[in-house]
Amino acid sequence: MSDAATNSGIQARFRLDYADFSLDVDLQLPGRGVTALFGHSGSGKTTLLRCVAGLERSGQGELTVNGERWQNNAQNLFVPPHRRPIGYVFQEANLFTHLSVRRNLEFGMRRVPAPQRRVALEQAVKLLGIDHLLERMPDRLSGGERQRVGIARALLTSPRLLLMDEPLAALDLKRKTEILPYLERLHDELDIPVLYVSHSPDEVARLADHVVLLEQGRAIAQGELRETLARLDLPTAFSDDAGVVVEGEIAGHDAHYHLTRLTFPGGEVLVSQRSEALGQRLRFRVHARDVSLALQRAEGSSITNLLPARVEAMVAADTPAHVLVRLDAGGTPLLARITRRSADQLAITPGQALWAQIKTVALLG
Amino acid sequence: MPLDSVALAAIWLTFKLASVTTLVLLLIGTPIAWWLARTTSRMKGPIGAVVALPLVLPPTVLGFYLLVAMGPNGFIGQFTQSLGLGTLPFTFAGLVVGSVFYSLPFVVQPLQNAFEAIGERPLEAAATLRAGPWDTFFSVVLPLARPGFITASILGFAHTVGEFGVVLMIGGNIPGQTRVVSVQIYDHVEAMEYAQAHWLAGGMLLFSFLVLLVLYGSRLKQGWRG
Repeated sequence: MSDAATNSGIQARFRLDYADFSLDVDLQLPGRGVTALFGHSGSGKTTLLRCVAGLERSGQGELTVNGERWQNNAQNLFVPPHRRPIGYVFQEANLFTHLSVRRNLEFGMRRVPAPQRRVALEQAVKLLGIDHLLERMPDRLSGGERQRVGIARALLTSPRLLLMDEPLAALDLKRKTEILPYLERLHDELDIPVLYVSHSPDEVARLADHVVLLEQGRAIAQGELRETLARLDLPTAFSDDAGVVVEGEIAGHDAHYHLTRLTFPGGEVLVSQRSEALGQRLRFRVHARDVSLALQRAEGSSITNLLPARVEAMVAADTPAHVLVRLDAGGTPLLARITRRSADQLAITPGQALWAQIKTVALLG
Repeated sequence: MPLDSVALAAIWLTFKLASVTTLVLLLIGTPIAWWLARTTSRMKGPIGAVVALPLVLPPTVLGFYLLVAMGPNGFIGQFTQSLGLGTLPFTFAGLVVGSVFYSLPFVVQPLQNAFEAIGERPLEAAATLRAGPWDTFFSVVLPLARPGFITASILGFAHTVGEFGVVLMIGGNIPGQTRVVSVQIYDHVEAMEYAQAHWLAGGMLLFSFLVLLVLYGSRLKQGWRG
């Protein structure tokens, strides 16, 4: 089944037609890291994920994952889901209600031949912090706990591709913040490529390395996370939520003002004090709506985070009153959403040097 | 003596008939119910209706057709004769065949409901956890559908115990072979032996009540748990 010519990455080409929806994608995805399938509900991201898992048999096309062919309708090849080395995390965990947490975890693990197991029960249990839940039944778990068990259960099949369908969507904010660190540890500690379906820009910004933007069953953009988020030609998907992701390094703590200094190519920002050590890397989001522009370095302003930047381009934003400006802050792309009136008053033109004033830095972590 | 040896033989025969019928029904009813619960075929409606027919047909109609079909010139009769088994009417095997048809909906429908209630999601979860279709059926569907199987068994058994018309049509009244309790009661009444009829009829009444009590009692408990 192996094919030397396409030995890494995921090649996915799918066509599927329902009465009210069609999916038509042709994607080359990296075979490592977290790839976010991002879009509104109804954009086809879950359907695409189900096609990759083999749960959507009506999807026609081809699928090759790290050199292994899983589907090729032209050759009448369709590997059924239970023969694909995947882990699937469902939106609502989907635990077996007749089995205890331990038996749920063991369900997939026991069906994988011992020599192929690369994740130990203790390891998964520890990674997701569920050791105290092992003997419980699923109906005695909270939503967040259930989801963590679902993730551990998928990991225990030692998948070569982890598929996650909005694992946080059914949870409230508190539970989300409870699970996100576990997902980050997953990313850092296990080298399993992940396809992560989400409609939340924050989740994508925090977890993904690569992003595919889906709209009405088509992939309208894909690429490296930072680049894709800063693109101006993708307004509808992000609209009010437009913004960039920056990864900075902790360069210092200011004990007096309780602030932490984060540096990145092109500048630095001050954020509320963090507990992480110097040198630790943190991702943060800068929403376009939180960036204002000034021709001179503003004095006497309460905004502490000012970055010199150069205008790269400007397009209409989601409302007629606003424009979206793409800036280059010494190598770090930024987006600013300002009123059309301000743009005219400042006479914004590409190449212009000015100051970006960042009202809020949303730390992801 | 309230229950003589004739009555005991009838009770034993009834018990045997209901047990064998229930077993056969679970074996053939499960795939039918599974198919009905999962199919999107246009045949779902017609097949479902055929399965439900015994609910509305007079047992004599069912018994009449079975008698003809199992007779020397019927297609079942031709088949059993070609196997060297003779014909089925007025034998215990014939009674089992009749009872299986007669009680089919009482087994298929609870199973179908149970399978439908399970839905697609546990099956998909099992598939992504490396379980093939048969594995999934035995390790996920059967345990999740257990209440449905219990209901189906109880209803199938009880309904077979209560049959009369079909037995009379295809089984006749042969002691130890086809004379079940309901027929025995009829005989007693015909012979004006009301005392014996009372014992058997009262026993049936008590049995039926206890079966339904167990059935509804267990449903109530599940309601509390769920």
